Amino acid sequence: MTLLYTEIEEQLRAAVRDLLTDKASPGAADDGELWKALARDIGVAGLLIPEELGGAGASAREAAVVLEELGRAVTPVPYLTSAVLATRALLGVPDAEDLLERLAAGEITAALAVPFGSSPYRSPLSTLGDGAQAVSIAGSAISGQIAAVAGADVADVLVVPVRTGLAIVAADDPGVTVTPVTSLDLTRPIATVEFASAAARFVAVEPGAVRDTLAFGAGLLASEQLGVAEWCLTSTVAYLRERTQFARPVGSFQALKHRLADLWLEIVGARAAARNAADQLAAGWSHSARVAVAVAQAHCGAVAVHAAEECVQLHGGIGMTWEHPAHLYLKRAKTDEIALGTPGDHREALVGLVDLPGPVRA
Amino acid sequence: MDATAVRERVSALLAEHDPATTDPTEFLRARFDAGLAWLYFPVGLGGLGASRDLQSLADQLLRGTPDNDPGRIAIGLGMAAPTILAFGTEEQKRRFLRPLYTGEEVWCQLFSEPGAGSDLASLATRAVRDGDEWVVDGQKVWTSGAHLSRWGILVARTDPDVPKHRGITYFICDMHAPGVEVRPLRQITGEAEFNEVFLTGVRLSDELRLGEIGDGWRVAQTTLMNERVAIGGGTPRGRRSMIGLLADTWRERPELRSHDLHQRLLKLWVDSEIMRLTGARLREQLAAGHPGPEGSGMKLLFAQLHQEASGFEVELLRDEGLGYDDWSFRRSDGVDFLGRGAGYRYLRAKGNSIEGGTSEILRNIVAERVLGLPSEPRVDKDVPWKDLPR
Ligand SMILES: Cc1cc2nc3c(=O)[nH]c(=O)nc-3n(C[C@H](O)[C@H](O)[C@H](O)COP(=O)(O)OP(=O)(O)OC[C@H]3O[C@@H](n4cnc5c(N)ncnc54)[C@H](O)[C@@H]3O)c2cc1C
Repeated sequence: MTLLYTEIEEQLRAAVRDLLTDKASPGAADDGELWKALARDIGVAGLLIPEELGGAGASAREAAVVLEELGRAVTPVPYLTSAVLATRALLGVPDAEDLLERLAAGEITAALAVPFGSSPYRSPLSTLGDGAQAVSIAGSAISGQIAAVAGADVADVLVVPVRTGLAIVAADDPGVTVTPVTSLDLTRPIATVEFASAAARFVAVEPGAVRDTLAFGAGLLASEQLGVAEWCLTSTVAYLRERTQFARPVGSFQALKHRLADLWLEIVGARAAARNAADQLAAGWSHSARVAVAVAQAHCGAVAVHAAEECVQLHGGIGMTWEHPAHLYLKRAKTDEIALGTPGDHREALVGLVDLPGPVRA
Repeated sequence: MDATAVRERVSALLAEHDPATTDPTEFLRARFDAGLAWLYFPVGLGGLGASRDLQSLADQLLRGTPDNDPGRIAIGLGMAAPTILAFGTEEQKRRFLRPLYTGEEVWCQLFSEPGAGSDLASLATRAVRDGDEWVVDGQKVWTSGAHLSRWGILVARTDPDVPKHRGITYFICDMHAPGVEVRPLRQITGEAEFNEVFLTGVRLSDELRLGEIGDGWRVAQTTLMNERVAIGGGTPRGRRSMIGLLADTWRERPELRSHDLHQRLLKLWVDSEIMRLTGARLREQLAAGHPGPEGSGMKLLFAQLHQEASGFEVELLRDEGLGYDDWSFRRSDGVDFLGRGAGYRYLRAKGNSIEGGTSEILRNIVAERVLGLPSEPRVDKDVPWKDLPR
């Protein structure tokens, strides 16, 4: 129980950062090699998977540190979507050992087939019965369409929440079409997933398990947002120290110094909140973990967006260019703000979690 | 020193000095002598040379025993004590720390002057050596609690011929000495918590000098850093928090709720939690021996949030917010940011972004010392103090 980083976490961070410094540059697409190196050589794919299944048996705390680094480099790898969301969905499931072993080994990746903007406080459409149903099931075949799925473009396995539990579908099944969508976030694009009588394996899960998975992902997303925000602040400070106008570094103008001091303070808070969420999630699923997730997401999403917006503005014209990486962070930050529930969704969740009820009707 | 040892010492203290029957001051003296006042201070000076994280354990175990009224002696506890510990002679530490802790001697801070606020280093109060004594002349202002104080921490100019930061010396001022005159200054809350202090031919023994002659600016930095932690460090142990107060009113008074206030309350709740976690993380860093730069941000954060929350409260109370408990001009006997009514809290909170370094100055500090941004061009750095425009 600590809000600081342990030595092991720092070592993991250093390993991920070294690899990214070596093999990745912001904006460059991954042909699969980078993910392989991360997933297999460093073993990030199996961090959350128990040792018996070939994973590292680590916790949300370590996964969070990986996400900080991936956020800092806006790395286009399916870590959050496969190694966090889909993996976490499969962890509680009987008979998923084979999949988990292959995920841990980095042989396959998976995606949780929900719209990326799904709030953890509502059940995904695909799990609802009756009219709102987005997918239908006939025997062992699944049909229907799910929009805005992140990580589906590179997934080998799709994990679809359905009314009775989860449907596990091979992405190369002839009944599956994954159509990439031109996305705001260039480094984590979304796709439309269509099933036309695709073969599925159905497994039962506890009621609410999918929402808990989304909340787990949301709690860890805060660490990615922290990484994004940190990169934006650091690179803006570095630029303003060098850029000279009016015969002095523009970073010596107080109007800018105060803005950056405020941003720094927001990020200090984001780190405390993200660490707290990771720490609570590592300790298990509890009321305080729910509160920690809601608090982290209510704060960190807006902080990352603010940092990225300041980064663009304070770089002047260069910040507006395609060539400079600032836009990649802005696009990631704005997408992350919506992903797994908006800050407003998470604030609203606190109404029940900490008993702050709304107005009563007259 | 570990948790078990602390528990044993607390049990021994409680066994020998039953808090129910012991005179409160006697109890606090015994607590000090047992090393349970501030555990991270050295043995013999109210501490056990323990790590900082054991302090909260001791505080928790001793909850409900006589209290030294932190609102009354905040400047002594938060600023004078750490400065005396860092720069005092053995004799000074022995003389001053015990009665400071027990509340028998109250301290005030004689730093700000009419001409020197944010630019404290430009101060003009003079101290001139006369044998084994110093003769002090000048005026201080905004001196909280001067009317209650036995001692003051004082910065004065001892060399006007060198640049401003270098000619300052730090003293302990005897508030009972002839030539010390304290006049109340009425605040926007109606009461007078602070004062102006006139120093006319005040004679202070050289034994009351803290640190080297001319080194007062460095000594003052220790005071100021601790002041920011003291103000921003959060609510005193066992006390209610502003957000707790708001949440209680909100739950008990459904008729006051509106959609707009609801959204803002939820945001305030999140911000309060962020501040709590930031403070918790900072304390962990301190305990682990890595004081992070987060410290300078805590006071900034606290001022912002406390002002927003106290303003929210007045608005929430609606018709009640139109009233005020008491405007009468009287000298307060301590500081309590959560004291009295909502109107008082709102007005007192305005001081949070001014006292102990304004929020603008704190942003400068964060930008320059934490982020490493260049300072503004300066005209006063290498000019002798006496030649500066005033
Ligand atoms: C409730 C209260 C209690 C206090 N108690 C004490 C006490 O016990 N002892 C004591 O010594 N002092 C005390 N003070 C004084 C306090 O430390 C000073 O008021 C403070 O340092 C500001 O100085 P000033 O009032 O001279 O304002 P100024 O320094 O004149 O500032 C005026 C305005 O200009 C801004 N400003 C100044 N310089 C800069 C800059 N470089 N960049 C940007 N903005 C700038 C300030 O932020 C402020 O908004 C207290 C003040 C208050 C409100």
